Amino acid sequence: MSSENNAETAATPALESEKLVQQRLEAAFPELSGKVTIQRVRRVWAEVSMERLHDVLTHAKDQLNFPMLCTITGTDETTHLGLMYHLASDSGIVLTLVTTAPKDGPGPQTVTPYFPHADLYEREVVDLLGVNIQGLPEGSRYPLPDGWPEGQFPLRKDWTRDMLEVPKENA
Amino acid sequence: MSDQDVVKIPLGPQHPALKEPGNFTLSLKGELITEMGIRLGYNHRGIEKACEQRSYLNDLYLLERICGICSHSHSTAYVQAVEEIAGIQVPPRGLYLRTLIAELERVHSHLLWLGVAGHEIGFDTLLMYSWRDREVVMDLLAALTGNRVNYGYNTIGGVRRDVTDEQKADVLKATDILEERTKYYAHLAGQELTLTKRLKDVGRLSKEDVLRLGVTGPTARASGVKRDIRKDDPYAIYSELDFDVVSNEHCDVFGRTLVRVGELLQTYKMIRQMIAQLPDGPIAAKAPRKIPKGQAISRYEAPRGEDFHFVRGNGTDKPERVKVRAPTLVNMQAVAQMMKGGQLADMPITLAAIDPCFSCTDRMIELQDELGNSGQVYSWSQVREIGIRHYRERGIDFSDLSKRLANWRERI
Repeated sequence: MSSENNAETAATPALESEKLVQQRLEAAFPELSGKVTIQRVRRVWAEVSMERLHDVLTHAKDQLNFPMLCTITGTDETTHLGLMYHLASDSGIVLTLVTTAPKDGPGPQTVTPYFPHADLYEREVVDLLGVNIQGLPEGSRYPLPDGWPEGQFPLRKDWTRDMLEVPKENA
Repeated sequence: MSDQDVVKIPLGPQHPALKEPGNFTLSLKGELITEMGIRLGYNHRGIEKACEQRSYLNDLYLLERICGICSHSHSTAYVQAVEEIAGIQVPPRGLYLRTLIAELERVHSHLLWLGVAGHEIGFDTLLMYSWRDREVVMDLLAALTGNRVNYGYNTIGGVRRDVTDEQKADVLKATDILEERTKYYAHLAGQELTLTKRLKDVGRLSKEDVLRLGVTGPTARASGVKRDIRKDDPYAIYSELDFDVVSNEHCDVFGRTLVRVGELLQTYKMIRQMIAQLPDGPIAAKAPRKIPKGQAISRYEAPRGEDFHFVRGNGTDKPERVKVRAPTLVNMQAVAQMMKGGQLADMPITLAAIDPCFSCTDRMIELQDELGNSGQVYSWSQVREIGIRHYRERGIDFSDLSKRLANWRERI
């Protein structure tokens, strides 16, 4: 009998911990009301403005127990750039904070003060998508080579390989 | 010592101590490392961009080639995300077989690592032993999937090959041999002075640093942080398997060795369970060519730690975005920490101890010829000709030497 019950719970998960994350986020940040969605078990998404990103990020890290930043995914949304900060808890929940950044102009502040290993993630969205991360500590670029032409962002949708002229002497 | 006594030496991108290109700038005071700068990206191949221009099924084979060692890890992580977006239910037998190959891949990867670690500390006997044993699992993978590496086993909706009863028996037989050998290595790790003296207190990484730097995989578990995606965020059939997360508090390379050897023993346990419980039925569900709009995150415990994939579909047969984050990218930051205060001579083993894979980390090169045209495949003789021409243009000509060598060969 108990195994049947288990099977039922497995089929329709209660999503209790996911709902708790949702409630606590909405309680701490009223503007997030309706913007926190539960996709499935262990997957929670929240739309955050660029200005509030750090407040929500630090709150999730320190108060909601999301100590890991898995990575930052950058996307080209035609008119602007999208950024997803994937946070993970030890219980396996991934909370993704979705924010936007302009294609030209300042983007969000660096998150390296809270996640020291995030500089490579940030350099990646800088190199590949042209996100203007503010306050990024000095260091070598990643992952494009040093001689890569300025203003060419390969992961932007309008970028094609023809835009890249290979200098004859390097070929 | 004043700052003037600090000597900076570059290691890499091409260096005999490195198996793959990476650049490390070591600041040294005498033999002690005070700081380390890292420059990566030499293996950047533009795979993420290439994925956007190919169909979901093409991408599966492309992503599998991110890395030759954990190829099944990348293809599974990707295919799970695609299946989630499309709402495809993979049949249980498909999931079991996918997980079986995943665990066999872990065996080959960990045994490979053990050999590399032995080599880095000048203990080449261990390299010869463990790589010989690794052939058992390589042959098994070749028999089950058709390939030693880049198995091409996954497909969207399941797997591409079924196993026969004879193959199941072969898996069990091979597991027995591998387990016996692994137990010998576990025994060796505690007894063999070459290993203990050379690995203890080398490449230290505290539990606090693991948590601060978000370290993943066996590197984290050897510092007492019991993170394992197979338990924390279970995928495939891991929730149905009985296994323990192996960890210890050594916080050094020795601890990382024990974790990997311990994990192998857990893996053999899982393989036997999978063979015993393998359900009947189809191995794959039919998958549509076009994948609906949507996005999914897929996490996978690769042999080196968490492999993270993000896929976004736009309703066509090509994905809108594919993002890959391999475990080495996270763990590289920890290497800089491990090096601080360490000996220069410990650098190769400390780096090797995270089991780095720069191909995974940098992912993304398309072949370009001198005119920038892509997609050309060179034959071996063409590559040789280009190489000879390249050096001749720079005043290095071996033709005289070649002639003399040929004459010499004729004489003997």
